[in-house]
Amino acid sequence: MSPPLLEVEGLTKHFPVTIALFPRRQIGWVKAVDGIDFAVDPGETLGVIGESGCGKTTTSKLILLQEGPTSGAIRFDGEDIAGLAGPELMRYRREVQVVFQDPYSSLSPRMRVGEIIAEPLQIHTDLSRAAQQERVAEVLELVGLRPEVAALFPHEFSGGQRQRIAIARALVTNTRLIVLDEPVSALDVSIRAQIMNQLEELQARLGVSYIFIGHDLATVAHISHRIAVMYLGQIVEMAESLELCEKPLHPYTQALFTAALPAHPDDKREKLTISGEVPSALSPPSGCRFHPRCPKAMARCAVDAPERKEVAPGHSVACHLY
Amino acid sequence: MQPLLEVTNLETHYVSFGGARVIKAVDDVSFTLNEGETLGIVGESGCGKTTTCLSIVGLLPPAARIVGGRIEFAGKDLAQLSQSEMRRVRGAQIAMILQDPMASLNPLFSIYTQVAEPAYYHRSIRGRSLRQRVRQLLDAVRIPSPAQRMREYPHQMSGGMRQRIVGAIALAGGPRLIVADEPTTNLDVTIQAQYLDLLKELQQETGVAVIFVTHNLGIVARMCDKLAVMYAGKIVEAGAVRDLFNSPQHPYTKGLLGSMPKLGSKEKLFAIPGQPPDLASLPSGCAFHPRCTEAMPRCSIEEPGEIRVGGEWRARCWRAEPQYGQSAKGLDVAAAVGS
Amino acid sequence: MVSLSPQTSAAAAAIGRPPIAWLSQFRGLPLLPLAILVPFVLIAVFADYIAPYDPTEPVASMKIFIPPAWMQGGDIRVLLGTDFQGRDVLSRLIFGARVSLIVGVMGTVAAGGIGTALGILAGYLGGWADLVIMRLTDAWLALPALVFAIFLATMVGPSMWNIIIILGLVYWTRYARVIRGEVLSLREREFVKLAEIAGASSTRVIRRHILPNVLNSAMVLASLTIGVVIIAEASLSFLGVGVPPPEPAWGSMLADGRSMLMVGAWWLTVLPGLCIMMVVLATQLLGDWLRIRLDPQLRNL
Repeated sequence: MSPPLLEVEGLTKHFPVTIALFPRRQIGWVKAVDGIDFAVDPGETLGVIGESGCGKTTTSKLILLQEGPTSGAIRFDGEDIAGLAGPELMRYRREVQVVFQDPYSSLSPRMRVGEIIAEPLQIHTDLSRAAQQERVAEVLELVGLRPEVAALFPHEFSGGQRQRIAIARALVTNTRLIVLDEPVSALDVSIRAQIMNQLEELQARLGVSYIFIGHDLATVAHISHRIAVMYLGQIVEMAESLELCEKPLHPYTQALFTAALPAHPDDKREKLTISGEVPSALSPPSGCRFHPRCPKAMARCAVDAPERKEVAPGHSVACHLY
Repeated sequence: MQPLLEVTNLETHYVSFGGARVIKAVDDVSFTLNEGETLGIVGESGCGKTTTCLSIVGLLPPAARIVGGRIEFAGKDLAQLSQSEMRRVRGAQIAMILQDPMASLNPLFSIYTQVAEPAYYHRSIRGRSLRQRVRQLLDAVRIPSPAQRMREYPHQMSGGMRQRIVGAIALAGGPRLIVADEPTTNLDVTIQAQYLDLLKELQQETGVAVIFVTHNLGIVARMCDKLAVMYAGKIVEAGAVRDLFNSPQHPYTKGLLGSMPKLGSKEKLFAIPGQPPDLASLPSGCAFHPRCTEAMPRCSIEEPGEIRVGGEWRARCWRAEPQYGQSAKGLDVAAAVGS
Repeated sequence: MVSLSPQTSAAAAAIGRPPIAWLSQFRGLPLLPLAILVPFVLIAVFADYIAPYDPTEPVASMKIFIPPAWMQGGDIRVLLGTDFQGRDVLSRLIFGARVSLIVGVMGTVAAGGIGTALGILAGYLGGWADLVIMRLTDAWLALPALVFAIFLATMVGPSMWNIIIILGLVYWTRYARVIRGEVLSLREREFVKLAEIAGASSTRVIRRHILPNVLNSAMVLASLTIGVVIIAEASLSFLGVGVPPPEPAWGSMLADGRSMLMVGAWWLTVLPGLCIMMVVLATQLLGDWLRIRLDPQLRNL
């Protein structure tokens, strides 16, 4: 068993909420991410699914070192990334990349595609211009684009092609982990499948790991090996993709599956058991955060916050029902 | 029984100032909708579904013009009506729900004012009856504590709630048809599910017909009786939802269905090769042929007409003609995925 | 509002494209401003060859106060007349164009350079840098521009380079504000974040991602303020603290000519004034065209 590539333990991020008067007073915390644990193995895809306010965007910012955690640890290759500086920080930045949702603002409008893709090479390596161009051509072919497009500007490409360029850029420095934040949500349906297949193919070929963040259950389940379901800053359930689809245990996960759109008009639809909206992260409910909306809530749930426990091999859930 | 809405050979073009260049955003579109039915119009960016809706409600941008066809609604041809006549139809008989609720709601007016407006203008309800009507509507869209919410403003509400308010406004005039353009795209999954359930209930209660414009076949599977698939301004296949899901005739429909990831299955997705077309320079013959895994030589030369598959089911594809049959390759996943 | 897909909008926009591709380069060019500016620029560049006489010396065998050639008493050899020292007005105008345009352009470049640099630093670095630079900008803006320029000019003494630097120091603030605003929004764009996540240093991000994307706005601003700078230079010359004589400048011609109005020598003021007005008008029109052409976001400027 090889050690996990990325390990997250007790990760917490609280944002202070201040009234913008003078002097500034703090009135509370937004508990965007509240004690999450997960691991990503080399060559696997961890899917993260949740609705607005669940903390998936903040989690990605923490992993990408765009924000610092309030507490908890992130370990890459066994090393804590919190104190990284200098060459070690650069090494992390080289091996962990991101692809964002909006293909139209991910590429610098005044740079040619070749320069955009080559930029990480310029930052991290001292390859000659010719060597850089070779590598750029290599990754362009990997993502299914012709090497000649390196001379063009981003505005000459469609949304799907731009995402491919973004993926190429994310791969160029032999990246080991790519955080994909809703990478296909802004694309046309017919292009989505192209990109999804491309991502899977790249993983098979290069052994790169993905953290795939999304809101569409079917899409996330398709590409992920394991899925983490997040609600209001916590992971409520984590399991292998197919296992989760067959036996969702947490009531929130079950609600997500019920709410998911059918693939066929005749698909059996269960009645939606969830109501209301996601409460504010500023003052989350006591005990189990899901209890006000939970159809199976018990008295205990308002008081005690459940710990995430493993209830079946590889399948853990944070719920008092188990 | 007379259909509620009958669109026949609708053509809407974007014209340049001199008439020199023309984009055929909607090209020979025909469909029928009966009372209480739900029609889904499905397609990707640029296929013409939004323009079709705008043509029906008379809200086309200045550069666009209906150049042909008829839009028969309750006996009148909407394409011929003047702007002031259309204004009387909009809100009272046909309502529209758009994608972004914040764009549909005026931040300066209270919820009450906005929900009451259609009832005020189109049904001439006043005073206490008006207040009652607004309460009824807010109840109908399941807004909790409506009396209090009435006095609030859009910025005080969440996205899901705003979209329901938009729904209430749409219903306020008592329309017979609601045109909903991607109403749930910006909503969370569970909120979307609640909203769609609500729409279904409202339809059963009021008997209103709905046109759902979306790129998401899942919504169609959930909500619609009929389906029209659009590509490059034309309807390429239309018919009952079950028929199209069970045995799609047009390769584009097949492709769209095959590219949907199915929960609990790791089967490789079918990816339609290529890009959606540039409306300014469409391919010859059938607009889909460059991306079609079942294309024949005829497809690049001659554009197929609407071929009747059975009943109201039609497909714009040479393969739908009995002499050709479906190709042996069919949905050739391996060949398509390679690109 | 219902938004059309990018495809439909692009297709609709493509409608207007003329059939022959290169012709589109000329469509929509601002003909009036260019018709004014191009000759002036050429005149300034080739002043030595075009001007009939030495602008600093009286014309031999000509009287003083000769009116323009089309008037009674005019002489075809001095097309626009002579001034109170007998110098050829046309030649002085031609050389004056050189001064005005050089100082105008260089002053704008100086102001733009300082302002853009400070705006980028304030916008991108944020925190203390932003605070300090913005307070500085506010304080600077409180100073009356022209008076400040006059003050500086009298302090350091007149010379062309001094004037250019002074104008740069006086007019940078309008750039700083606008560029800072742009940088603030650019900073949140994903391609900038991607560069930061990839490990790019601040210098690199500014150089490759921020700067190229603010250049458009900077250029539009520059073309709109070049008129202001030209008038400022003219004002300084008018007040006697601009580019020193004998180098002719339109402003000082205006100043000298003012007292001559009593004698009826109207052409000594009207002609330089007309030149200033035309050049400034042309730059403003050009700036306006650039603004609409280059950056729809600046439409509210």
